[in-house]
Amino acid sequence: MRLISAHALWELRLTLRNGEQLLLTLIIPLALLFGVTATGIFASSDTLSRVESAYPVVCMVSLIATCFTSLAIGTGFERRSGALIFLATTPLGRQGLVVGKVIATVLLASMSIALVTVLAVILGWRPSIAALWAIPTLLFAGAAFASWALVIASVFRAEAVLAIANALFLVLVVVGGVGTNMTSLPLEPLVALVPSAALGDALRSSLGAGVAPHWWPLVILVAWAITGFVLARKRFSWQ
Amino acid sequence: MSALEVIDLRMTYGAIEAVRGISFTAAKGKVTSLVGPNGAGKTSTLEACTGIRPVSSGRIRVLGSPPGHQSAKVGAMLQSGGLYPSARPLEWLTYLARLYPQSRDPRELLDLVGIDPDTRTTSRRMSGGEQQRVKFAAALLPRPEILFLDEPTAGMDPQARRSLISVIDNMRSAGVAVLLTTHVLADIEELADHVIVLRRGVIERSGTLAELRGEASSLSFEARTGLDLVDLIRGLPEGYTVVEGVSGSYVVDGEPTPGVLAAITGWLAEHNEPIAGIRMGKTSLEDLIVGDES
Repeated sequence: MRLISAHALWELRLTLRNGEQLLLTLIIPLALLFGVTATGIFASSDTLSRVESAYPVVCMVSLIATCFTSLAIGTGFERRSGALIFLATTPLGRQGLVVGKVIATVLLASMSIALVTVLAVILGWRPSIAALWAIPTLLFAGAAFASWALVIASVFRAEAVLAIANALFLVLVVVGGVGTNMTSLPLEPLVALVPSAALGDALRSSLGAGVAPHWWPLVILVAWAITGFVLARKRFSWQ
Repeated sequence: MSALEVIDLRMTYGAIEAVRGISFTAAKGKVTSLVGPNGAGKTSTLEACTGIRPVSSGRIRVLGSPPGHQSAKVGAMLQSGGLYPSARPLEWLTYLARLYPQSRDPRELLDLVGIDPDTRTTSRRMSGGEQQRVKFAAALLPRPEILFLDEPTAGMDPQARRSLISVIDNMRSAGVAVLLTTHVLADIEELADHVIVLRRGVIERSGTLAELRGEASSLSFEARTGLDLVDLIRGLPEGYTVVEGVSGSYVVDGEPTPGVLAAITGWLAEHNEPIAGIRMGKTSLEDLIVGDES
């Protein structure tokens, strides 16, 4: 645990010093929430206010951007530069690296979502008790996206990771239900298995409608997290 | 006792067999040097020993365990990579120090290799030689019992190289086993207790420098191209042959005795063939390493 926490802190420290990373992780979600709430483009229901519609979506976008796209691209280029290879000779090990990166990324996403939440409250969002369901939802989703980001980063070369991670970001965000309801998408049963769909559904329930989400989105997210972690631990290559 | 045992190691990348069944050991308190031309399999062997690359077949024991199992007692300096481009030397080493149970002081190590611990310069902005020094300091962090060094002096200025040689010498005196790969002949001459010459993935010869030079004496001469070698060989003791390598450059295959030398010069005089040069003695270290690759 000592090694994992040392690596998580190291990752967090480097990330927080990176201006582009801070812009993507902390500033853009705030601007997105402000803009979306002001324009009301996600206000899909008469019963929800603009901020109640926008806040769950921005949380989802922020989590996917930080835990998936940003982590995959960063790790792909770390591998190419040879930054990680020395760690293979230390006691950290592959599992330590994977868990450390996942923890650091989830912590970073948590900071981002905390800031978004503060802005949401300022804009008029009021949490219900059901909002507590968002905590395990975001944790499971963060672990799932981060571990799959590491799988992709270790299978493809850096430039391919850049393209794949950005393309998947768009797909995941659309499938996750930005501006639409999942039921309006084709192949609904299959779409429901996509992690961003499960995440979006659970967040819209707990943070938007103020009711507890169904159990299945959480099960789907846990399944993605477990399979992603097992694969990352087994397949992650240092260079 | 050997700190490192490599038995019938094979390393394969797709259809390419980079290492083809090599076996050797590295003793505590000794510097064992892997040498050979590019593509000989040196880096593949070293990376297999550090646990970075999986072994295709064969067996490696580092301090009695499989590679990677004793990483708290293993120091490594890799040929490429090993630094975070956006990190400063002290913060990188301070982080790494937390990964080892009994690490050395990062500040002290940076001082030792001649890097200012308080420098604000990140790794990506350092010169190649400075990056090498930081990587070397990182290799010393765990107070290693075995040290793997892949081209450690590459890109270093003479002063930094001298300092690094001195540190390695001290490590050897303290009982640390060192496995060194290098192209710098002076490094081998100054440090290596045991030399293993690799070529195309196999061990061509091994021993101390003195042994290798002793077993590889030679006689060579330069003269007109196209000498009648059949006639020349007829005049030599039985078992000797002469081959023409590069145009006009001849190598005698066999122990270079004074009698053979006299027979060759006599034959050249008899046939009125001018001699452009003649050399007899131990094979140079460069010839040992480069061999027939040149």
